[in-house]
Amino acid sequence: MSTLFRFATAGSVDDGKSTLVGRLLHDSKAILADQLESVARTSAERGFGGEPGAIDFALLTDGLRAEREQGITIDVAYRYFSTGRRSFILADCPGHVQYTRNMVTGSATADAVVVLVDVRNGVLEQTRRHLAVVQLLRVPHVIVAVNKIDLTGYDRAAFEAVAADVAALARDLGLPDAHTIPVSALAGDNVVERSANTPWYDGPSLLELLEELATIDELETDLEALRLPVQLVIRPQGALSPELTSAGRGASAGERLETQPQDDFRDYRAFAGRIESGTVRVGDAVEVFPAGITTTVVGIDRGPLAVDEASAPLSVSLRLADPVDAARGAVIAASGSLPRPRREIEADVFQLDGRPLTTGSRVLVKHGTSTVQALVTDIRGRLDLDTLETTPTAALETNDIGLVRLKLAADLAVEPYAAHRRAGAFLVIHPHDGATLAAGIVTEGDTA
Amino acid sequence: MTDTNLPPRVEEVAQRPSRNQDAQAGFETPPSSAPQPSHGAPRPSQALDTLDALEAEAIHIIREVVAEFERPVLLFSGGKDSVVVLHLATKAFWPAKVPFPVLHVDTGHNFPEVLRFRDETVERLGIRLEVASVQDYLDDGRLQERADGTRNPLQTQPLLDAIAAGRHDAVFGGARRDEDKARAKERIISLRDEFGQWDPRNQRPELWSLYNGRHTVGQHVRAFPISNWTELDVWRYIEREQISLPPLYFAHEREVYARDGMWLAVSDVSAPRAGETIERRTVRYRTVGDLSCTGAVLSDAATVSDIVREVAASTLTERGATRADDRLSEAAMEDRKKDGYF
Repeated sequence: MSTLFRFATAGSVDDGKSTLVGRLLHDSKAILADQLESVARTSAERGFGGEPGAIDFALLTDGLRAEREQGITIDVAYRYFSTGRRSFILADCPGHVQYTRNMVTGSATADAVVVLVDVRNGVLEQTRRHLAVVQLLRVPHVIVAVNKIDLTGYDRAAFEAVAADVAALARDLGLPDAHTIPVSALAGDNVVERSANTPWYDGPSLLELLEELATIDELETDLEALRLPVQLVIRPQGALSPELTSAGRGASAGERLETQPQDDFRDYRAFAGRIESGTVRVGDAVEVFPAGITTTVVGIDRGPLAVDEASAPLSVSLRLADPVDAARGAVIAASGSLPRPRREIEADVFQLDGRPLTTGSRVLVKHGTSTVQALVTDIRGRLDLDTLETTPTAALETNDIGLVRLKLAADLAVEPYAAHRRAGAFLVIHPHDGATLAAGIVTEGDTA
Repeated sequence: MTDTNLPPRVEEVAQRPSRNQDAQAGFETPPSSAPQPSHGAPRPSQALDTLDALEAEAIHIIREVVAEFERPVLLFSGGKDSVVVLHLATKAFWPAKVPFPVLHVDTGHNFPEVLRFRDETVERLGIRLEVASVQDYLDDGRLQERADGTRNPLQTQPLLDAIAAGRHDAVFGGARRDEDKARAKERIISLRDEFGQWDPRNQRPELWSLYNGRHTVGQHVRAFPISNWTELDVWRYIEREQISLPPLYFAHEREVYARDGMWLAVSDVSAPRAGETIERRTVRYRTVGDLSCTGAVLSDAATVSDIVREVAASTLTERGATRADDRLSEAAMEDRKKDGYF
């Protein structure tokens, strides 16, 4: 069995992200012959440097014509590869400041972010910005790949100076300890295989590290109470799957039909959703927001399969003992674990849209399976990336990280993101054109 | 199908021994007084299988779209990817019927066995099939046959017309990001304007699993539940779930001829040119498209398990091995997506 691990790459333009990704894919045998041939052909046509047959790995990931023409990454490219132990989803993110919003997209679901730093340039503004985003999104693992170490003659002191700067920045931002690795994406040192050129480094290669780190769900499932935002209610009544009628007997119904006459399904009623955190078992007492009713789980279905328990991030349908009045937007939670519903929230936001966010902006907030109207009541400030202080501002511009207060038109079961990642994340949406204006993260403090 | 073919019960998964977390003990990281993230001490007990994780994500996406849109539809060709999406939909709404119709853009160059499979499938599931026919457009002059005879680029107009006629505000597709470099950039919920165009330079940010499908009149979204699946994931899932497929995915004897390093089928719409000879070979198809441009691969893989093994060992990508239409230029797929194709 292999598990699924999601990670993103970030860092400044020209720090070698695409080359690193290409190297990772190539050395882990994820690049197939026809892809390699096409890239080799294009590299040769463009007179890519190095010895004959040298390959510009960046061509593997820059999939848009505009990207190939300019040699930059505009949007996230998702790549897939696997080793014997894990399947990886890699979000290769752009480095340009104007495309930081796409880096936020790629990092939001990441179990780890690999930030590239050019050993010759050290920490740049974009490094600071990306690490600030990583901190904002609470990505569990930060890996700093100090790249182009070959250009220093594999100099230990050069690596350690950059590693110390990164560690200091991480401390200032409140990030967890970063793993720092000296790499050469171009030459392949410490990317997949540990390198003999860096005998002074005794840590893992980048890929070894990625194979070891725990995923968000592994870290959080045991520690958090059940949360299941209801996506929809399944009540087939007359619209049963034909396979459940005696004529169409079978394929997907499995043993359920052996023990349950089809008439039972006529009254089937279940709440469908994905378990965002925790575990649910048959017999558990749960409470339902906003109805405020406590009831018991009598059945958990994964399609036609009835199970005794299920954990995040599985999609299930829950059958409850009592006829609860709940629809899309409801949240089913472990009994006694739901916080007080909120009408006002304080949040860190990352401004994604070109139109500034100001006090008085009327917006929509999308949280879990609810979307409600909201009003920006206060812009508390924006993060100054040089000083890492929050400074007063009247408006948040694109790529700003700011602190805001919002007033909601209806109760939401929001919780601090630090405690409940999926219950603390929301989108700020333009009420007319539907654009995603900002990504928000509920901070501490119930101010209602 | 019996219960032995169903996914393992969740509690069996949950009781696997936890992975050794001490692997990090040897790492040298500078000591730090940084505040730790608030998830406390890691106590991982759950290692969820990749297929379970992908299935959970796909079902979540399908349910979101059905809950938030008025008139979703699934583009269904009878090919393995759209078959998998349809199977996921049956699980997402079980025991209810799949709550949306399927739409097939029929180029007129389809494999007859795939059309038969398509019809049997919608019959079995009791869902409605909408067909947009390229041939109709050729017959009444709205479209002209291309000089090269390929009909794939002609699908866009019938597709957009069918979306408009059905007032579909969300269109599911079985596209996967690993298929092509342009598709690697695609969002899971992807906005299209009234011309069906995709603007790759200005995609809506997509965060966490909060899919923002809000759109204005005339716009619609394309939704890709299996974006994060690889070809091998799809085959492993087909194997695990015992999903039936059109027979041409499995090894069979066929009259073929070689062109551009591909084996093309002899049919009413595809014939060898001078200098190309017809041979009888044992082949199978890795993707299903038009007779005129989909290449077969030489293979003896007769079962899904054989195919899983073969795909795992393959050194060629799915499209590279089999699709003439993507070879037109380096940016072929990107251009077709911008024009409103998938």
